[in-house]
Amino acid sequence: MISHENIEKNLGLLIVLTILIVSVGGLVQIVPLFFQTSTTTPVEGLKPYTALQLMGRDIYIREGCVGCHSQMIRPFRAETERYGHYSVAGEYVYDRPFLWGSKRTGPDLARVGGRYSDAWQVAHLMNPRDVVPESIMPAYPWLDRPLKDTGIQAKMRTLDIVGHGYTEQEIAEAPAALQGKTELDAVIAYLQVLGTHAPKN
Amino acid sequence: MSDFTSGFWPIYISVLTLVSILGTWVFLKSQTTRKFAPGEKAELMEHTWDGDLQDLNNPLPRWWLGLFYGTMIFGLGYLALWPGLGNFAGLLGWTSKGEYQAEVKAAEAKFQPMYAGFMKQDVATVAADPNARAIGKHLFLTYCSQCHGSDAMGAKGFPNLTDNDWLYGGEPDTIVATITNGRAGVMPAWEPILGAQGVKQVANYVLSLSGRKHDAALAEAGKAKFAENCAACHMPDGTGMKALGAPNLTDKVWLYGGSEATIIETISKGRNGVMPALTQTLGTTSNKEAKLHLLAAYVYGLSQQK
Repeated sequence: MISHENIEKNLGLLIVLTILIVSVGGLVQIVPLFFQTSTTTPVEGLKPYTALQLMGRDIYIREGCVGCHSQMIRPFRAETERYGHYSVAGEYVYDRPFLWGSKRTGPDLARVGGRYSDAWQVAHLMNPRDVVPESIMPAYPWLDRPLKDTGIQAKMRTLDIVGHGYTEQEIAEAPAALQGKTELDAVIAYLQVLGTHAPKN
Repeated sequence: MSDFTSGFWPIYISVLTLVSILGTWVFLKSQTTRKFAPGEKAELMEHTWDGDLQDLNNPLPRWWLGLFYGTMIFGLGYLALWPGLGNFAGLLGWTSKGEYQAEVKAAEAKFQPMYAGFMKQDVATVAADPNARAIGKHLFLTYCSQCHGSDAMGAKGFPNLTDNDWLYGGEPDTIVATITNGRAGVMPAWEPILGAQGVKQVANYVLSLSGRKHDAALAEAGKAKFAENCAACHMPDGTGMKALGAPNLTDKVWLYGGSEATIIETISKGRNGVMPALTQTLGTTSNKEAKLHLLAAYVYGLSQQK
């Protein structure tokens, strides 16, 4: 029988038993999610981000947009009336990492794709007050500079390992797709695709 | 929750969860010493640390023990009533989707009668109703103000809706169509065709149309070029064409700005004025039609006041 004394004096046993106890929550709550169709099957029409959208997403992460903008519409009427259909798991299959966020200083962006014109996005990122005088969002004027050191092919290959399924042709053409684009172009390409495959109302 | 890839997972979840709870229960029970009789002393534990460090085997405080058992009972009760054990839906049959649908249904039942009244009236009548305008204003602030401004006066490139000057027309049906399907107003870039000097001439002619300060010689030279290239959309007299959203150039309203420099920029590079379609944006409930109606009425009413 394992006595109190044995466990405390045998460090290896203590570690093994501690890990076992602590991991129960994860084993029950996290592991089965990888074997659930609704979390692993993309919603209809959802494609992995293109090279330009992928760059935009990285800039979105770099600029900390997720600190103020969530990407998760909860199933409450107050949210669906404002943003559209509530979010479903299949929309996030190609989001690594997830950018759900946990705080809304600004509005949710899960359905922002197509909601505003590209011209509005440009004006708004350069200086939000030009289009929304009441806005407290910071301006991001430095985004109007060329994309560089993108390492896009390495990124796409890495994402292929976890199942994004970029073809060799897509990877080969990626640098050309980014040629002459600005960071602003990339962010807007990313924003304009968000939620465009949402379930229809 | 019934979409696991194999029947193993619901069992795995249920067994692990229940074994954890019951195992904890048994373990706690087996380790609990009974409460002391009055005057009884706690025994010393066998182990000794650092030569002389020992501890007493006191019984667990009963309130703490009670909380622990209470938590486990609560956990079992929760798992019986709500989803948690694999595929078991819980005795209450609760789902987040169901709760959402009930919320929507309750709201529809509450607002439908009021909306039904407005739906029977035409846009112009609704626009004159102060109650409808109050609702419309909130809809406008939610869906439209980001581009058109909370005062509906627009911004550079985004039309002012209060001035009764319309790119596509301000009749109720047109407003409904604009909100529903959006608009795309494309002006091509003319510099490749007109050249820098040609653009300057046409710009001065455009300035002359609304009586602004302009260079008469340049305007004269631009007149023919305007007739040849611009009149197809903006009409020979420059009053614009609503079917295409081509602006009237003879009034004092400028979407992108009316300075010579801005007009030159507009002609050289062209413009892409996009209004997104709002069909997917106007919420998810069956009140969507009514919201569109009230919103159109609000926008219509903005330019009807005096």
